[in-house]
Amino acid sequence: MRRLLKGNEAVVRGALAAGCKAYFGYPITPASEIAELAAWMFPDAGGVFVPAESEIGSIEMVYGAAAAGVRTMTASSGPGVSLMQEGISYLAGARLPSVIVDVQRAGPGLGNLGVEQGDYHQAVKGGGHGCYKTPVFAPGSVQEMYDLTAHAFNVADRYRTPVFVLSDGALGQMMESVDLHKVAVEEPDKTPWAVAGTAETRKNLITSIILEHEKQEAHITGLEETYARIEEDEVLFDEYLVEDAQILVVAYGISSRIARAAVQQARAEGVRAGLLRPVSLYPFPSKRLRQVAGKAYGILAVELSSGQMVEDVRLFTGGITPIELLRRTGGMMPTAEDVAEKILQMAKTNIR
Amino acid sequence: MFETKYGRAACFYDKFERKNGDPEVTTYCPGCGHGVLHKMIAEAIDDFGIADRTILLSPVGCAVFMYYYLDVGNIQVSHGRSPAVATGVKRVRPGSVVISYQGDGDLAAIGGNEILHAANRGENITVFFVNNGIYGMTGGQMAPTTPLGQKTTTSPRGRSFAVEGPPMRVCELLATLDGPAYIERVALTDAKNHMATRKAVRKALQNQIDGKGFSLVEVLSACPSGWKASPPDAIRWVEQNMVPVFPPGVFRDIDRSGDIRPSPAPAQPAPATEAAGGEAASAPAAPAGEFKEIALTLSGFGGQGVLFAGVSLAEGAVHEGLETTWIPSYGPEMRGGTAHCHLRLSREAIASPLITRPGHVIAFNQPSVEKFAPAIVPGGLLVVNSSLVKGLPDRQDIRVVQVPAYEIAEGLGNPKAANMVLVGAYIEVTKAVGAKSIHDALVEKGVKAKLVEANMQAIEAGRRAVRK
Repeated sequence: MRRLLKGNEAVVRGALAAGCKAYFGYPITPASEIAELAAWMFPDAGGVFVPAESEIGSIEMVYGAAAAGVRTMTASSGPGVSLMQEGISYLAGARLPSVIVDVQRAGPGLGNLGVEQGDYHQAVKGGGHGCYKTPVFAPGSVQEMYDLTAHAFNVADRYRTPVFVLSDGALGQMMESVDLHKVAVEEPDKTPWAVAGTAETRKNLITSIILEHEKQEAHITGLEETYARIEEDEVLFDEYLVEDAQILVVAYGISSRIARAAVQQARAEGVRAGLLRPVSLYPFPSKRLRQVAGKAYGILAVELSSGQMVEDVRLFTGGITPIELLRRTGGMMPTAEDVAEKILQMAKTNIR
Repeated sequence: MFETKYGRAACFYDKFERKNGDPEVTTYCPGCGHGVLHKMIAEAIDDFGIADRTILLSPVGCAVFMYYYLDVGNIQVSHGRSPAVATGVKRVRPGSVVISYQGDGDLAAIGGNEILHAANRGENITVFFVNNGIYGMTGGQMAPTTPLGQKTTTSPRGRSFAVEGPPMRVCELLATLDGPAYIERVALTDAKNHMATRKAVRKALQNQIDGKGFSLVEVLSACPSGWKASPPDAIRWVEQNMVPVFPPGVFRDIDRSGDIRPSPAPAQPAPATEAAGGEAASAPAAPAGEFKEIALTLSGFGGQGVLFAGVSLAEGAVHEGLETTWIPSYGPEMRGGTAHCHLRLSREAIASPLITRPGHVIAFNQPSVEKFAPAIVPGGLLVVNSSLVKGLPDRQDIRVVQVPAYEIAEGLGNPKAANMVLVGAYIEVTKAVGAKSIHDALVEKGVKAKLVEANMQAIEAGRRAVRK
């Protein structure tokens, strides 16, 4: 059955479909509907909802529930996610599977409630202290708010890591029809490591402190090996008309929707444009990007930040193709016409 | 009563194998209160037979390695956040016995918010709060509980009211809240006070086992190394300098079991969502219009029902099997300012949900005409609420439909339904969505029958108004 849902509602339904049992959260626009719906739906599904005293409290409650071996999550927006970074570092260090949904808004500081994508760095680059990363999935539709939230729980458990769903205010607030299909729940047995208050788990220890430097290094090496596997196996991307693309647009989240419309407009004007949409931002679809970038005359990164994702685009293409950035910030969004115009201009400059 | 036993508590590990170096000795200094308190807790765990279900949270501070010693489920936590972690653990494992063991820097300074709210929620957990007036592990810095006049590495001239403020009394503070069940302060000084401490430790654990609610025991404890005193002098210092500031006593002792609802245990396995499981998609009604894609902007004042009008159309469109996006303006502008939403209905996948050049606009008020009418594509449609809109755009290339929505809605005795009158007029003119689809979608959504009927009356009135 398809239902008209807000992106934020789809997150809650996706989490429950994936067997998430505990939600801890603090209100913030434009993410609040997630906590509001969770407050209804989690108890009804036999789960737990606690309105936490702060985002610090939220993420630490997530730490507790995850340590106890239960699928758990929180959600917030930029200012709240900044507060959570301490806890996310601990979750990564203690290897606790958990899901954090960031419905991005404009910053820095209090910023405003408008749509932005300025949290790319703090999600994708391991925003807290220490050597860690978190897988990051970026929905491009309300359907994917459902699908990728559910997927995030499987990935979190597969690698024992916190996982980000990096959304934005537009996707959180907009409504689309969603197929609330059954979700494959791959939840491994957690008794080997969780502390669940049972005889079997009594011997277990959850900690992120390792005093001996050699052992801490070995622990980090273990994390690095995990990230290498994630980079190998968890890449997700979506593409639109890239095979013959002369101008390749790279965009995620709401920007990718605008970019898709722009690609259509550019094609109507006779420029062969295409869109590569990273769905996993970490791991970035670097191999596919290099393949299609090599055939393009120019790459246009479109994002709602001063240029965060474009750094990865530059990194992974290694200068093989000229790259330009079209960005808006502060809650402003480019129109599809703006992006199409830029594509046409790049075609004029780069295609000879 | 429990019989007196001699020897080591069973829930201490025989050897401290998680520890680096000598596995026979602890990391604690001679004269430190931690060892004594650990022992009292361990003995109580033994006597209550709860080792298998005990989950101990080790704090940042000297007790960070408490998991070296106690053979229970162990979780090490970040500085100050233990009561929040304990909340997460206890809520999903209500059958466990959760102990949050915290020092004064941890609990009273950085974790002030977490302890306050866990106590206020009446979490059914046990907190042992070791107060030695300084940050012991990091080398004797001033804590919120450092007595006035005491010299520490960060109050080298002695703590003063003027600079650092007076010491904070945690038990008294928490006792102002309704949430907690049991709060007591004890002191690890002479034998009599040791016995009082032992009793308080047991009571705080028994309370949790019995489901009585949040229990906290503050333990005044010596830190000979931090204070640079011999163990006997340090204990005298507790008596002379801490006890007068932090008087021992019971600050709260009630049974909150009737007030705190135990969290339901997570059901196993995961339930699927309500819609999961191959429910047949409802057969789409015959599409009414012939369009490929409609880009519609609805705009008006906050409070005019602009967003709901858009949602109703979107619900109807989804019911007909159309691809649909609805995106609102959101934020503080919703309070009395303008509200608008963009709606796309399509037979194909929709790229951008945003609309800069609408094909259709429904303007609920005059500012909306000024704002959106100039952008309407040639050949497009403007539906205006002529009850409010008097000035029409100077455009010959679009169709303008005027609907006195307020008057019509008032005629129905339902002035609030003016938004749905406009929806009715719109669907009559465009055939974008069938009225029955909107009706059926609202019913499926669970909107109350009375409200659905009122809305449908308004939609029909709107349709009639433009049919004439």
